[in-house]
Amino acid sequence: MKLITAIIKPFKLDEVREALSGIGIQGMTVTEVKGYGRQKGQTEIYRGAEYAVNFLPKLKLEAAVDDELVDAVLEAISTAARTGKIGDGKIFVQELGMALRIRTGEAGPEAL
Amino acid sequence: MTLSLRKTGAALAAAVPAWLAAGAAFAQEVAAEAAAEAAPAAVPVLNSGDTAWMLVSSVLVLMMLVPGLALFYGGLVRKKNVLAVLMQSMFGAGLLSILWVVVGYSLAFTEGNAFFGGFDKVMLAGILPDTLSGTIPEFVFVMFQGTFAIITPVIILGGPADRMKFSSAMLFVSLWLLFVYVPVAHMVWGPGGLLLGDGVLDFAGGTVVHINSGVAGLVAAIMVGKRSGLGSENLAPHNLVLTMVGGALLWVGWFGFNAGSALTAGGSAAVAMINTHIATAAAIVSWSLTEWIIRGKPSLLGAVSGAVAGLVVITPACGFVTVSGALILGLIVGPICYWGVSGLKKLFGYDDALDAFGVHGIGGIVGAVLTGVFAVAAIGGTGKSGLIDGNAIQVWIQIKSVAVTIAWTAIVSVVLLKLIDLTIGLRVSKEVETEGLDLALHGEAMHD
Repeated sequence: MKLITAIIKPFKLDEVREALSGIGIQGMTVTEVKGYGRQKGQTEIYRGAEYAVNFLPKLKLEAAVDDELVDAVLEAISTAARTGKIGDGKIFVQELGMALRIRTGEAGPEAL
Repeated sequence: MTLSLRKTGAALAAAVPAWLAAGAAFAQEVAAEAAAEAAPAAVPVLNSGDTAWMLVSSVLVLMMLVPGLALFYGGLVRKKNVLAVLMQSMFGAGLLSILWVVVGYSLAFTEGNAFFGGFDKVMLAGILPDTLSGTIPEFVFVMFQGTFAIITPVIILGGPADRMKFSSAMLFVSLWLLFVYVPVAHMVWGPGGLLLGDGVLDFAGGTVVHINSGVAGLVAAIMVGKRSGLGSENLAPHNLVLTMVGGALLWVGWFGFNAGSALTAGGSAAVAMINTHIATAAAIVSWSLTEWIIRGKPSLLGAVSGAVAGLVVITPACGFVTVSGALILGLIVGPICYWGVSGLKKLFGYDDALDAFGVHGIGGIVGAVLTGVFAVAAIGGTGKSGLIDGNAIQVWIQIKSVAVTIAWTAIVSVVLLKLIDLTIGLRVSKEVETEGLDLALHGEAMHD
């Protein structure tokens, strides 16, 4: 099992969600986050005084998936979230040690 | 004069319920007094009372736009778009005022053909401090009419709010002022106007302001397209306190709009004021009760929306109907506009974001038509009669003026919006829409 964490542009959420449900991903968690990478940030201007906003709003998606689905998920997210412009985000893949469905007590891949 | 008015009053008393006639009998004295005052004034003379009232009225109507309408609309949008909405009102007030003085006033209020005036008063040429319009300086008339001209186009922007580009919105309201507002104002109020000649009754601009802007708001909402996230995301108002403050400022400012439209400080302004107040009060109650019955709870948003609907519906009628008539108009418009912002919108599936059409369009049409029903000569003067005063044809005249206005504003708005769409585009990108217009278009944002 792998835990996939993707940082994406907020307006791409719908497309990414559709792409993931299209390949059979049954659930995900979405958090509003702020951060920065190569895309430096934004400037607000108040009566001539520039005010740099270093952290940009992004969405963090988390989905736990079976090993064999990882490539498909990476493909789906990167295709759906890409605009080709700076700030499209990143995807991280981590080993997932354990998953447990609280309601039934199922453990491992069955719990996903 | 007085005798014939009394006869009308007596006829009324026989024809309609006693409580309706009681209002007419009172107002008849006011109208008679006004007529007696007006009779000897063959040569126009400046009246300082009228002038003082019209100076105040102009400022009251300006307050309806900034901050009234700005706050009313600002509270209804999401937090990320509130500054963009306020900016439309603030910048719009500036831009449209310039256009009004440079060319708008001349094209609306000088002699011309049935649709447009001329260029005689471009940049207010020829108007001096002692130039009179009726009993007030023409500068005051220009200012008063200017405040109407700047609020009307901004009302439209409630329809396509949250998704229209700032540049396109400002270009649209500018062109709309010149090609829709000005000709419709000329048709209804200007010398030689098409509808004025027909005898249409529109005391303060139900047709020119509310039907005109409401229908254009609908057209713009449809042509710009639905907000993304409609039906799947929470698009609820971010701050109804702002909306209530804005709505209340509209209520107060509207006395300048309606009672000011008498253009004198006399009985006609007085009747317009009391009618405006009672219709608004009635619509607050009737909208809230409708909501209470249908949804189980009366909401603040409903009460504020009811107030605006009441103000809209009484606008064409306020100087022509009895207080009872005003009460009936207010009671009728609440449920109808409630349906306009809920049932009607669902039926056709358009996204009129802030209900420019549901309140101003629908309320304006109801008001214009019912003015033809409830107008009585005892209030508005000879010839200003509606159905209940034995002049059924007036209803048809009103319907015709509504139809002409709807057709003009709809067709020209479609053309203007299409031209803008083909050149600079109407709508922001999905990315900007998600991020919020405040930061993306104006480089500033609300902070906690």
